[in-house]
Amino acid sequence: MSIRTIDKPTAPRPRFDRPRGRFTLGSRYTPVLVTLVLLIAMWGVGATRYRGFLSVQMLLNLLIDNSFLLVLAVGMTFVILTGGIDLSVGSVVALSTMIAASLLRAGWPPLVVILIVLVVGSTLGMLVGLVIHYFEIQPFIATLAAMFLARGLCYVISLNSISITDPFFVDMAQTRIPLGPGLAITPSVIIAVIVVAIAFFVLHYTRTGRTVYGIGNGGQSALLMGLPVARTRVLVYVISGFCSGLGGVLFTFYTLSGYSLTAVGMELDAIAAVVIGGTLLTGGSGFILGSVLGVLVLGIIQTIISFEGTLSSWWTKIVIGALLLVFIVLQRLLTTVRR
Amino acid sequence: MNPTVSRVMKHRLFWPIVTLLALLVLNVAVYPSFFSIRLQDGHLFGSLVDILRNGAPTLLVALGMTLVIATRGIDLSVGAVVAISGALACSIIAGSADPNSPTTVLVAVGISITLALILGAWNGFLVSVIGVQPIIATLILMTAGRGLAMLITEGQIVTINSAPYKVIGGGYWLALPASIIIALGMFAVAAVLTRKTALGLLIESVGINPQASRIAGVRSRSIIWMVYIFSGLCAGIAGLMISSNVTAADANNAGLWIEMDAILAVVIGGTSLAGGRYSLGGTLIGAAIIQTLTTTVYTVGIAPEITLVFKALVVIVVCLLQSPALQTRLGSLRRKPTRRPVTTSTGGVLS
Repeated sequence: MSIRTIDKPTAPRPRFDRPRGRFTLGSRYTPVLVTLVLLIAMWGVGATRYRGFLSVQMLLNLLIDNSFLLVLAVGMTFVILTGGIDLSVGSVVALSTMIAASLLRAGWPPLVVILIVLVVGSTLGMLVGLVIHYFEIQPFIATLAAMFLARGLCYVISLNSISITDPFFVDMAQTRIPLGPGLAITPSVIIAVIVVAIAFFVLHYTRTGRTVYGIGNGGQSALLMGLPVARTRVLVYVISGFCSGLGGVLFTFYTLSGYSLTAVGMELDAIAAVVIGGTLLTGGSGFILGSVLGVLVLGIIQTIISFEGTLSSWWTKIVIGALLLVFIVLQRLLTTVRR
Repeated sequence: MNPTVSRVMKHRLFWPIVTLLALLVLNVAVYPSFFSIRLQDGHLFGSLVDILRNGAPTLLVALGMTLVIATRGIDLSVGAVVAISGALACSIIAGSADPNSPTTVLVAVGISITLALILGAWNGFLVSVIGVQPIIATLILMTAGRGLAMLITEGQIVTINSAPYKVIGGGYWLALPASIIIALGMFAVAAVLTRKTALGLLIESVGINPQASRIAGVRSRSIIWMVYIFSGLCAGIAGLMISSNVTAADANNAGLWIEMDAILAVVIGGTSLAGGRYSLGGTLIGAAIIQTLTTTVYTVGIAPEITLVFKALVVIVVCLLQSPALQTRLGSLRRKPTRRPVTTSTGGVLS
């Protein structure tokens, strides 16, 4: 705590005003712009090297293959903006796929199943949030326990993979919504885009959103300003839990099965997307749309590696790690410049 | 209350020890010959010995983690380092002409441990020089490290057949498993270095307030750097043990979630994640609890896969037990004169 008290006077004041269009090096847009440039550059490199890379459908495929990650990154952005972290998302995704698959096998109607999954995700998130706020346990350790719990509950449901044959889920997996000649997206993409839009609105145009930024900039001052800190801090974990549940549903649309060992390490992908998207890990600064760019960067890395053919899939992890490093060092430099 | 009893109950290792004893009693109740240890072919066999042997890697990793957490850090990359060091050692041994020659094994072990030290130094560099938050700095290696391990093994599970290497994780010295002797040896070294010299004090001061200790003349940067290197070393040795015990290196699954086990061991042992005071003895008991819990699940006859649920519940309970107590204890340490009456008055109101 003491380091924060020393830093506080020099820390940038919480900026609740609408962003103005001044792009200096210390601007909070810089990381997002760097990500955007990186994304375009990677796309350009891909386009010059591989045939078929330069199509619009390629970009749409990025969204199709990463719609669940998009939803997870949205939830993670809320949590990281308050200065917290949620390590349980991967396990909650796995738990959601297991609950959905097992209930569908038992013959439950699909919409009820989806509702149950969302309620379970949100409830787990709420419990974590309550523990974090009222017992003052570090977000890291509380969500770690939730991660174990969710993963363990998966095993309790079943050790084996359960496939999904429910017609509604199969429909959701196979439907392609045409957008033009030769272009199509899946319903999952639409759901993910709606989630992003709602999150964008909540974060930038509502009181709750401002409180989220306020908590990230300094919980004590937010409290003194009379902002509902307790409610909001619990709420961000509920949002993250809800997003994990929804991400799990989208993931089952994508894989049409439930499996306990699925989505191991997906929380790292979500965190990486948020960080690459320019959200400060200390909280208080970042954008939902940045996280969307982060997800696209991760997606394009995977696409390039699969297009390359000779590169093995484990290069993905190394490249993501290296990118994380670059962006974190960039964050450090930017925060130093700003002070 | 009897003053001795209350003093014992207030000791910070009281609850961890009670938990450990409760687990052991539960085991004996279910499986009466749990404590029996027999000597066979000059080796000790028995459930307790198994707990010690299987718990050795966790203990080692938790040992490094304790010192890192004491400086208010965290090392998430230990699982990846475990995978890398095991992968490297196994690849070197598998690629050598004579896997059974002790020289080959020594070279392989030496190179792996050097790499583990370098990886630890890398984490330390990011945290102390660049100033990245520890969770994030080590997250980088956690993500990229598995990829590196896959790169070393080329995505395969490297199986080796080397008698000298097998000793590290599966062999016996003086009738005891070699792994637990190595782990306890490291434990003793760490305990002597930090508790018999000023090092422990410096580590704690860095954890309590890095700024203040730097101003007071403590070289926080080197101290932080050192604890991450030590954590890397511990994880590297643990990686050798794990791969030697199964005589194979699995880049994907070796040390998977060992960072969680290690952090749990440290937390259960009473070291605060907020940095500062740490307890190596607590970590020892914490690691024993984690391993006994795993064994208990086997003995009681619950499906081993559900261990995770039990671990989660134990962590939640221990954290909740510790948190209010920890708060008041920290409070009474910092502001003795003002805080004490407040606590008693609320206690009075409540009772």
